[in-house]
Amino acid sequence: MNNSSLIESVTARFPGAVKASHAWRGDATMVLRGEFLLEVARYLKEDPALQMNFLMDLSAVDYSTFGKKPAPAFFASSGVALKPSSQIPDEDPWPGPPDRSRFAVVYHFFSMAHKHRLRLVVPVEEAPDGTVEGTVGRVDSLTDLWPGANWLEREVWDMFGIGFRGHPDLKRILMYEGFEGHPLRKDYPVNKRQPLIGPVN
Amino acid sequence: MNMPKNPSFLTSRLNEAIGWARKYSIFQYPFVTACCGMEYMATACSHYDVDRFGAGFPRFSPRQADVLFVVGTISHKMAPVLKRIHDQMAEPKWVVAFGVCTCTGGFYDNYATVMGIDTIMPVDVYIPGCPPRPEMVLDGLMKLQNKIQAQHTTGERPASEVRPAILES
Repeated sequence: MNNSSLIESVTARFPGAVKASHAWRGDATMVLRGEFLLEVARYLKEDPALQMNFLMDLSAVDYSTFGKKPAPAFFASSGVALKPSSQIPDEDPWPGPPDRSRFAVVYHFFSMAHKHRLRLVVPVEEAPDGTVEGTVGRVDSLTDLWPGANWLEREVWDMFGIGFRGHPDLKRILMYEGFEGHPLRKDYPVNKRQPLIGPVN
Repeated sequence: MNMPKNPSFLTSRLNEAIGWARKYSIFQYPFVTACCGMEYMATACSHYDVDRFGAGFPRFSPRQADVLFVVGTISHKMAPVLKRIHDQMAEPKWVVAFGVCTCTGGFYDNYATVMGIDTIMPVDVYIPGCPPRPEMVLDGLMKLQNKIQAQHTTGERPASEVRPAILES
């Protein structure tokens, strides 16, 4: 099944689930409403024409500073050379954020049987109190369908603080227990250090 | 070993002999976490042959080791483990920081990396490089041998090497 017919089959089966899609240069991408994620994922895995039996990757993006000019002080301590802000355009470059939401969780699927790929993007809203944390979670967990999603979702929780509904054991995987904050968020202070032992260096 | 103020001819000769014996029977504990391990293996293999210096016998138990080789980046999550390994080693013990990440943190300056293992334990020899060539490792090993020999001749650890003045300006 080629890229555009992949997208068409999902769009026809779940009208209203797909917010946007493109299949530019061979990567089929669909931006999906979060409430349809479990149904669409089950369809992708179990439909004989699709058979997406391999979850290749699961990660997230923080769009909170996307397309904005970085403050010059942001990189000042790290020694990274920064473009003059006059060279950075004001408008969002293509393709831009999928949504007005702050986060997006990205799933990459592959079918061993049919050798086709699909990328799902699920925008995640930030809660009114500025968090997306909590035991309830904002995104449905795919661990029932692909057991390999377990650690990937833990990593997304660890790095971005996005909770997964129905995850069997949602705890940090890369950072240690007691680490405060989620380091891949754009608002995590770039110079913040919290060592377990030794001085704050 | 506590040394008298003015050691006699016999005890000073004996301590030289002990230092000589110690520096040629280095049982090392390789704490290998990252890519520097490849260079460590190259050094240990027959082409460079670290066994010439009596250090060809890695012990994978800290209680049987003399020298802790810290090879590769140490993260904050790993730091308590490394500290515990160091605490488990019996005296006399020495620590070698292998590679620039263990010396200073290297090019990492982020939320996860320890900026040099000397923030959590004393280090005897620093071998910088990303990764260091085996020749540099052997040079560092010989410096460690000199240090071990000097330590047991005088009965105390020699002071750190003074940096050349040109580097301090």
